[in-house]
Amino acid sequence: MEENKTLLKIEDLKVSFFTPAGEVKAVDGISYTLGYNEVMGIVGESGSGKSVEAYSVIGLLQNPGKVIGGSIEFEGEDLLAFTPEQMRQFRGNKVSMIFQNPMTCLNPVYTIGDQLTEVLNCHDNDISKKEAKERAIEMLKLVGINNPEKRMKQYPHELSGGMRQRAMIAMALICSPKLLIADEPTTALDVTIQAQILELMKDLQKKENTSIIFITHNLGVVAEICDRVSVMYAGRIVEQGKVNDIFYNPQHPYTQKLLASIPRLDEETTERLVPIEGTPIDLLNPPQGCNFGPRCSECMKICLRKKPPFAEVGDGHISACWLHFKDMIDKKEAEKDE
Amino acid sequence: MASYILKRVAGSILILLLIMVVTFFLMNAVPGSPFLTEKSTPEQIANANAKYGLDKPLYIQLWNYIRNYLKGDLGVSLKMQEGTPVKDIIFHQGKFLLSIKLGLYALLLAIIVGIPLGCLAAYFRGSWLDGALRVITTVGVAIPGFVLAALLLIAFSVKLNIFPTKSGNLPDFKSYVLPVVSLSSYYTCYIAKLMRTSMLDAINQDYIRTARAKGVKTGGIILKHALRNSLIPVITYLGPVTAGIITGSFVIESTFSIPGLGKYFVQCVTSRDYPVIMATTVVLSALVIVMMLVVDIVYKIVDPRITLTAKED
Repeated sequence: MEENKTLLKIEDLKVSFFTPAGEVKAVDGISYTLGYNEVMGIVGESGSGKSVEAYSVIGLLQNPGKVIGGSIEFEGEDLLAFTPEQMRQFRGNKVSMIFQNPMTCLNPVYTIGDQLTEVLNCHDNDISKKEAKERAIEMLKLVGINNPEKRMKQYPHELSGGMRQRAMIAMALICSPKLLIADEPTTALDVTIQAQILELMKDLQKKENTSIIFITHNLGVVAEICDRVSVMYAGRIVEQGKVNDIFYNPQHPYTQKLLASIPRLDEETTERLVPIEGTPIDLLNPPQGCNFGPRCSECMKICLRKKPPFAEVGDGHISACWLHFKDMIDKKEAEKDE
Repeated sequence: MASYILKRVAGSILILLLIMVVTFFLMNAVPGSPFLTEKSTPEQIANANAKYGLDKPLYIQLWNYIRNYLKGDLGVSLKMQEGTPVKDIIFHQGKFLLSIKLGLYALLLAIIVGIPLGCLAAYFRGSWLDGALRVITTVGVAIPGFVLAALLLIAFSVKLNIFPTKSGNLPDFKSYVLPVVSLSSYYTCYIAKLMRTSMLDAINQDYIRTARAKGVKTGGIILKHALRNSLIPVITYLGPVTAGIITGSFVIESTFSIPGLGKYFVQCVTSRDYPVIMATTVVLSALVIVMMLVVDIVYKIVDPRITLTAKED
């Protein structure tokens, strides 16, 4: 099995938006690797840069967004060196994406069948109409759409939201991509449909051996589907590890507070939820030190001056916080005092 | 679809009847008579009125019009070409065809120039091309057709002598150029502006991002995914445009001395030629109604979400 090999390797990726007000560092130096057949969750609040990071992988960054540093390697190939045509060939074929709102993501004036077969036609000039149609019907069946022959001829507005997201998933997987980027695919759906779509994605991930980058702000969804999780805050990864480590042994104050802020079924119902104080930082003027520093209850002097490095806190579990270096800092301070 | 068209046709007949009634009372409300000249005596006028039934009460005259129209008889001209059947004047002397040709060419030009210009401006938004097109289209919308016609005449006919000053019966290609251009300039520019806005709107939609994520080529994204969606507002606008461009050509027809229906329409009103007024109004109205129906059907073809009848849901 190729399971342990690396499919995607992102190193020190920096993406900025050059706006009239100044440079917004949407993604400020993130690194991670994704193996074959692995599901990585990227969690963060709105504006933490989780979507921007995914868009740069698939080459969908729009002006004024620009990758200004770092590297993205996909099966050893440097994606940032691709020509636009190479990138087009790559999109939809080796990596594909599903989006948040299935109501607006399908073109309203073309049939489902037309939009499905279009992906095949874009990447394979030799495919016949009949083959493409058969493949599309096969995909619709795979994502659990009943009566696929009829659906092929229907327009998006004739399908329900859940059905449309299924069609989106079918469209994304039709070329058997190695990587699927799912940008909040369940956010716009109601809870029962959410569960169905998640179940479907889990199922398909196993069947098709696709790696998934799952972007969401819903921690419940992460627990459901992911192998590993990266927690992002203000353009940086603050903690990364296996899903169980993140949920049962969070090390970074932000992750801890995030987990404390969601309601739990196993706790007393009278328990108050603990919100995270303050507001997300202004990315136009990021703080000199730790991005979470201004909101952190355990903030130290050094947190406001220097960005924290990663500390390995477990097997494949890293966290970027000065607290992990507290002993070291105390020792240094003590030495200084002497 | 067929039943829808049938219903629309039935409705159209009612609308035409209504138009006839309104036109009849309006033209009779205008003082004067087709037989009134400097030399005519009251007796002569009374005789002529009696001959053509204009001495009868209005409701009888109206009923006569409607009855004759239902039989396909449009009456005879009272003044312009006295005694000639109106049907011959409109259809057999080529007037109708001339106006229709002029109007349709202008409409075609407006569509095949306006839409690509709008797409270009949207695709290269913010560039010098977009800026230049914005200036041109704004000027084009601001200048009335007859002013442009005069300017074109001075430049291309008088000074450069490329195109004829009188287009007449539109015998060759050259005679078409100036009238068609001046008739369509406003609409071309307006469609370009409209297209730019709706194309920009379409480009920023989620389904365009999906298309890009699928690996569709840039050409396909614009021509397949964005164009069809952005055409919808333009088609809506084309309904009234078709009406305006075909019926409103009399100024251009006068400027270029084209003996078309538009020009004739204005002349028959000033000379109170009642049957001709009635016939031209009805024919042009029928044309507009047909074009509206065509637009509605095209609308349905472009956007499958639109249902023409309540039943289809």
